[in-house]
Amino acid sequence: MAVSRDEIVQKVQEVLVDALGVDDDEVTIEATLMGDLGAESIDFLDIVFRLEKTFSMKIPREELFPAENLMTDSELIHNGKLTEKGLAELRQRMPHTDLSEFEKDPDINKLGDLFTVGAIVNYVENKLNAA
Amino acid sequence: MRWIWIDKFIEFESGRRAVALKNVTLAEEHLHDHFPGYPIMPESLCIEAMAQTAGILVGEAAKFQEKVILAKIKKAVFFDCIKPGDTLKLEAVIESFAPEAAGTAGKVTCGEKLLAEIDLMFSHIDQNLAGKEFPEENFVFNTGTSVFESLLRDVLSRAGQKAEQT
Repeated sequence: MAVSRDEIVQKVQEVLVDALGVDDDEVTIEATLMGDLGAESIDFLDIVFRLEKTFSMKIPREELFPAENLMTDSELIHNGKLTEKGLAELRQRMPHTDLSEFEKDPDINKLGDLFTVGAIVNYVENKLNAA
Repeated sequence: MRWIWIDKFIEFESGRRAVALKNVTLAEEHLHDHFPGYPIMPESLCIEAMAQTAGILVGEAAKFQEKVILAKIKKAVFFDCIKPGDTLKLEAVIESFAPEAAGTAGKVTCGEKLLAEIDLMFSHIDQNLAGKEFPEENFVFNTGTSVFESLLRDVLSRAGQKAEQT
């Protein structure tokens, strides 16, 4: 069954409103989960669980939020920034996210900004279409 | 002394669902202050009771090998006050389970009446904060699980009887 992008956007918004206790007008496509919507680490799992239920799919956490375990590898991170190798790894792990802005200054503190509402919608859309 | 807000389990399906009872009584001192002349169980303590019911269910699902902590109150809605003399039935169901965390849905009833809906998330802390050390005494499932054995006594003995019959 084909699900339209609008429908996915609407359902993702509902999930985020419930999981993060935010208003629906705050959940724009560009909004970042941590910066704009105040998500903390446990919220990411809550979101994964809720998305799995809403879209009846299995979501490996590292597939949707893959940057979390990059942080500990010194080959991938140097002086608080991602190395070329780290960036390559990130590109590979986050094919559904636009990294062009981040690549100009790959500060790990800004990794959180990569997780946007739009990135979740893209991920779910790819996953549904692939199924 | 442990801070225990349930009296016993009456049903326990490993990895799926648990039901615990809590008898609310005026012998609990805090009820005399909350509130004078109108004793009701604080809702925060009702959430704690659900956290214990669901937390033991989640802990047992991983055979008490994980350090389980309450990580998030997803929902806590109360429909009525909880008064001395009430026997609360706390039912928790595991909705999702991952290596690093679990989500539960819970209902609190008294007789036929729905008093509260409390949905929680628990974190398996070692899976999330690898390498970080915590004092052992902060955790429930270490040496002294004897308190929980007493809470589970009824369901365990019933399970034992069933096993003997078969």
